[in-house]
Amino acid sequence: MSASWSVVLPGSAAPDAPAPATPKHVPNRGGAANPSADALRARFQGGVTRVEVIWGETTVYVDRTRLFDIVQWLHDDPSQRYDYLSDVTAVEYRDPEQPIEVVWHLRSLPYRRFLRVKVELPRDGKTPLEVASVWSVYKGADWLERECYDMFGIRFVGHPDLRRILMWEQYHEGFPLRKDFPLRGRFSRAEQLRQALAANPEARYSMEELTVAQAFEDLPEAMRARLKSGERTGE
Amino acid sequence: MSTKRTVDVAIGTSGLDEQGRPRRAPLTVNEGGTVTTLEPPPALEDALELEGEHMLINIGPQHPATHGVLRLVLELDGETVVRCIPHIGYLHCGFEKIGEYRQYNQVIPWTDREDYLNSIGNNVAFALGAERLFGIEITPRCTVLRVIAMELSRIISHLVWLGTTCIDIGAFTPFLWAFEQRERVYELLERWVGARLTTSATRVGGMAADIPAGWMDQLQHFIKTFPKTVDEIDRVLTTNGIWVGRTVGLGVMSADEAVNYGLSGPMLRASGVAFDVRRDFPYLDYETYDFEVPVGTHGDVYDRYLVRMEELRQSTRILAQAAARLPEGPVNSDDHRVVLPPKSKAMSDMESMIHHFKQVMEGPRPPLGESYVAVESPKGEKGYYMVSDGTAKPVRWRIRPPSFLNLSAIGKMVEGHMLSDVIAINASIDIVMGEIDR
Repeated sequence: MSASWSVVLPGSAAPDAPAPATPKHVPNRGGAANPSADALRARFQGGVTRVEVIWGETTVYVDRTRLFDIVQWLHDDPSQRYDYLSDVTAVEYRDPEQPIEVVWHLRSLPYRRFLRVKVELPRDGKTPLEVASVWSVYKGADWLERECYDMFGIRFVGHPDLRRILMWEQYHEGFPLRKDFPLRGRFSRAEQLRQALAANPEARYSMEELTVAQAFEDLPEAMRARLKSGERTGE
Repeated sequence: MSTKRTVDVAIGTSGLDEQGRPRRAPLTVNEGGTVTTLEPPPALEDALELEGEHMLINIGPQHPATHGVLRLVLELDGETVVRCIPHIGYLHCGFEKIGEYRQYNQVIPWTDREDYLNSIGNNVAFALGAERLFGIEITPRCTVLRVIAMELSRIISHLVWLGTTCIDIGAFTPFLWAFEQRERVYELLERWVGARLTTSATRVGGMAADIPAGWMDQLQHFIKTFPKTVDEIDRVLTTNGIWVGRTVGLGVMSADEAVNYGLSGPMLRASGVAFDVRRDFPYLDYETYDFEVPVGTHGDVYDRYLVRMEELRQSTRILAQAAARLPEGPVNSDDHRVVLPPKSKAMSDMESMIHHFKQVMEGPRPPLGESYVAVESPKGEKGYYMVSDGTAKPVRWRIRPPSFLNLSAIGKMVEGHMLSDVIAINASIDIVMGEIDR
């Protein structure tokens, strides 16, 4: 057993804070904001576009280009210590004028705080669907960002391995959780069936798997030729 | 952090003979009778370089030890895992997409089906999230009933985990004991809500049904007799040479890594982080219950087992407290924006009839807003993030899946371990593919 082992106690950085309790009678808007919101405003000024408190949860809207610095500061600064990334997801509204939002749910275990960070991606045709990846700060962001890319098509710049995760790699129909994606899928049932039957099971192996451990050399000649010519799907 | 640890092991059990010599498990005996596991496998670069290529091996998606349709592609050097590439998505059903086309109460049956070992817990979690979005308060009786529901479902989930992990590691008897007790919990649920697995027990603002007469006696009997089974399983496994040999020192995550990887639940607590949503971000008045948050000391598979065993006991404690304080009174909130008025009033009272009509025809409409409500599910922090644009259907319903994040660390956990240990490590994560793929 290593000597450095110690139990990490949530709330240890703020021993004088009142004991956490079940929130009751929370107002729709307003109420006490998370103190980190003011700290962020003081530190990043223009990087924080607005702060909202909805149902007692603080949401900080930040500038797309400053996102990574803000998250890293929240993680590293001793007065914040947001060490736990709960979730990364996105929201697209039914109103096509409204921007797509990318949402990070952060927890600070030492201070027992919860903060929602949002980036708005306006659909003006100029802003790319891109935000910085926070993978280098939180390893847990790996799959979360992949899923968000898979479902919404939002690219996380700096992610080491941004590919589809729930859908298969050769999935052509688009991004399922976007509002322009119909509930039953883009293709007809007949077309979906045709594609499923015509699918080449070999093609389900990603390039990454094929190149580890020289497995590529053991593939059938025809498949190697196809992969060499740059074809990834085989379909 | 060293993976070496010392565990007391019973002499003369299936793993050790009367002299304390290991029969099969990789153990060494110290003077004084304590038993130590062998040194961890040497780092890859120190290992004797043998001629030969790395082998690529595929486990799953149709393999019983992957607990569902998980596919692991392992790169092996001999029997040692060099790299693990997990593939998920075989069970993707698009719950989140479907939820955008359903009213809030109509989403509840979908929550049964994602983490199907914890279905009533998911019902409660979803209802809590929706209630915050609607801004309604639930009755005291409902609060306590929901605590009972959540703890029963934690017991079910941990018992299934225990039983299946025992089978993965080669012990069969605890599986039978665990499933016998699980059956008793399912009987309780069946009497309460009429269903065993897919309970759909909650509604926004209340429960589908109050408990039937005599149910509390049955629950009290369960609370009284269940710890005996936990103790029996504890006696059979905790000091068993084979069990210790196959779980100690495997898949170690340090506290910092576990937090950084976003692990939660018993996985996180086994790594020594005492984070429990019930304690640190309470809901359902959990702060008023007296219970301990068990933490591990090494972050290995054995610790995850110990933490879950202790959580079974703590859940029983919470159940006993909840049963003792269950107040009389209505179960459903009387907020008729959300909860249907009683049928007798809907037929005779004008106002109630309007509420009834509006709710049935249009569905309850929450105000503009969003909420993220997390609960401590048996797997970890389960969160429901809901966004409303003022219509009767959510704009976005997001499930924060604890086993998705727990599984994402498997590549890190199995690296450098033997192929057979991959099964034990994978089992220790307690994955439910329905929740991971959603």
